[in-house]
Amino acid sequence: MSNGDTYDGAIIELRGVHKRFGSLQVLDGIDLALTRGQTTVVIGESGTGKSVLLKHIVVLLRPDSGQVYFHGRRVDDQSEAALVAVRRRFGFLFQLSALFDSMTVAENIAFPLTEHGDYSETEIARTVAEKLHLVGLDGLESRRPGELSGGQKKRVALARAIALNPEVVLYDEPTTGLDPVRADVINELILRLKRNLDVTAVVVTHDMTSAYKVADRIVMLQDGKIIADGPPESFKTSTDPRVRRFVDGRASREDLSVLDVQSNASDA
Amino acid sequence: MAELQATMTFRTGQRVLRGIDGFGDFWVFAWRTLVWMILGSSQRKNWRLLTPQLYEVGFKSLPVILITGAFVGMVIAVQAIEQFRAVGLEERMGAVVNLSVVRELGPVLAGIMLAGRIGGALTAELGTMNVTEQIDALRSMGVDPIRYLVVPRVLACFLLTPFLTLFADMTGSLGGWFVSVVQRGVDSGPYWDYTQQAVDNFDLFSGLFKGFFFGAALGLISCYKGFFCKPGAEGVGQACTEAFVTSFIAILALDYLLAVFLQAVSERLWGFRSLL
Repeated sequence: MSNGDTYDGAIIELRGVHKRFGSLQVLDGIDLALTRGQTTVVIGESGTGKSVLLKHIVVLLRPDSGQVYFHGRRVDDQSEAALVAVRRRFGFLFQLSALFDSMTVAENIAFPLTEHGDYSETEIARTVAEKLHLVGLDGLESRRPGELSGGQKKRVALARAIALNPEVVLYDEPTTGLDPVRADVINELILRLKRNLDVTAVVVTHDMTSAYKVADRIVMLQDGKIIADGPPESFKTSTDPRVRRFVDGRASREDLSVLDVQSNASDA
Repeated sequence: MAELQATMTFRTGQRVLRGIDGFGDFWVFAWRTLVWMILGSSQRKNWRLLTPQLYEVGFKSLPVILITGAFVGMVIAVQAIEQFRAVGLEERMGAVVNLSVVRELGPVLAGIMLAGRIGGALTAELGTMNVTEQIDALRSMGVDPIRYLVVPRVLACFLLTPFLTLFADMTGSLGGWFVSVVQRGVDSGPYWDYTQQAVDNFDLFSGLFKGFFFGAALGLISCYKGFFCKPGAEGVGQACTEAFVTSFIAILALDYLLAVFLQAVSERLWGFRSLL
């Protein structure tokens, strides 16, 4: 393997990643290589291991078997201390935003800066203002996360995730729980970051509108395996019944059988 | 029947294994905390994290500790005084009350009160941070959550439990004096004379010594339970209960071990001391 930045292959690569929680096989042999500068959207039903997959990329979870590579270097076997250097090059937007409630918005965004490296107070204040401006929340510096709406929290969390100008941003269900207008604001932000900061992005979602809007490539997960992989257009025209059901949002007979049992029981 | 027995044996075995597993995890956690305590002590930014915890653990626990101490002293005095009066030894009340408070009840009850007050709060705080992915967020930003969250909290418990024990000793002593001397009319002079005879510096020291252990135990257990709590509000609640019960048992078990140890040390140094 060549080292670090001269590596011109996939920026992130997962090889044969398996992960099990108790008796549940969440990831069952994932092979995935991500191209630099692209936005890859991972779709799939809830509980198919999308978030788990995302957490493996920054080694918040370690695979039971298989490997994870970043710039061609293996990262899943590195110590937490060694991973600090790797993780600094990532931004992670968590599903529940994961803002620190004991801190103000400004302190949250400044957190990665104060923890890594020597930035002066003025540099930090400038970066905070700049990132807040980028997510369209100028002037909210002194608010507490508890005083923000769900959409604002996501945008602050995004500002924090990009505070160190990461190469890769990982989005865990960025539009879930937002109304369609707010969701579209997030989609526009994802596109803007890609354009302005040239970030590689991985977006986990089950929101197809968002997926079509931001994706260069879509990967569909089911039962811990990749069942479809291609450009967004290929999903619009796919004839695979599993893909069609998800994309069109139709429940299968199997899914509906649960309802039949319940209604029969209440009829009796 | 045989099948039921087999299932039960299997389940018990599983539970034992999980228990051992958890116990191992706990010591790994404690070890990592210790390593970060040493590695992190050279950085000033880490010391800044300690101050708010010292305030939370120390200053805010003071009222509870003072009140607990006072009542403990008063209760011992109430229970003992009539018996001592019956045999004409009420002047020796001071020795009994103060020795019990300084050696045993001060540190143990301070530890238990702190396990309830701080332990619960620490577990709930870290548990909520875990459930809302804030701990993952720290890690994703290249910040070790043990260094950032656990070390300052455990250190605050470790450093301040002995001091809080001293405060419990003080009000316990005053409480015993209030009941014996002010309420029940024991002579103040002999009361304190016998106290002075009975209570050694070593007794005071052994109370403080225990405090360090109790503080470290309740801090580590509470943080560990919060750190690895199960998802949801139910998970956090369960973790808090477990943290308190485990801390409570750990404090009493440690108290036993330390009492045996300290007694041996005292006998080695000064020989047997008669209190009567």
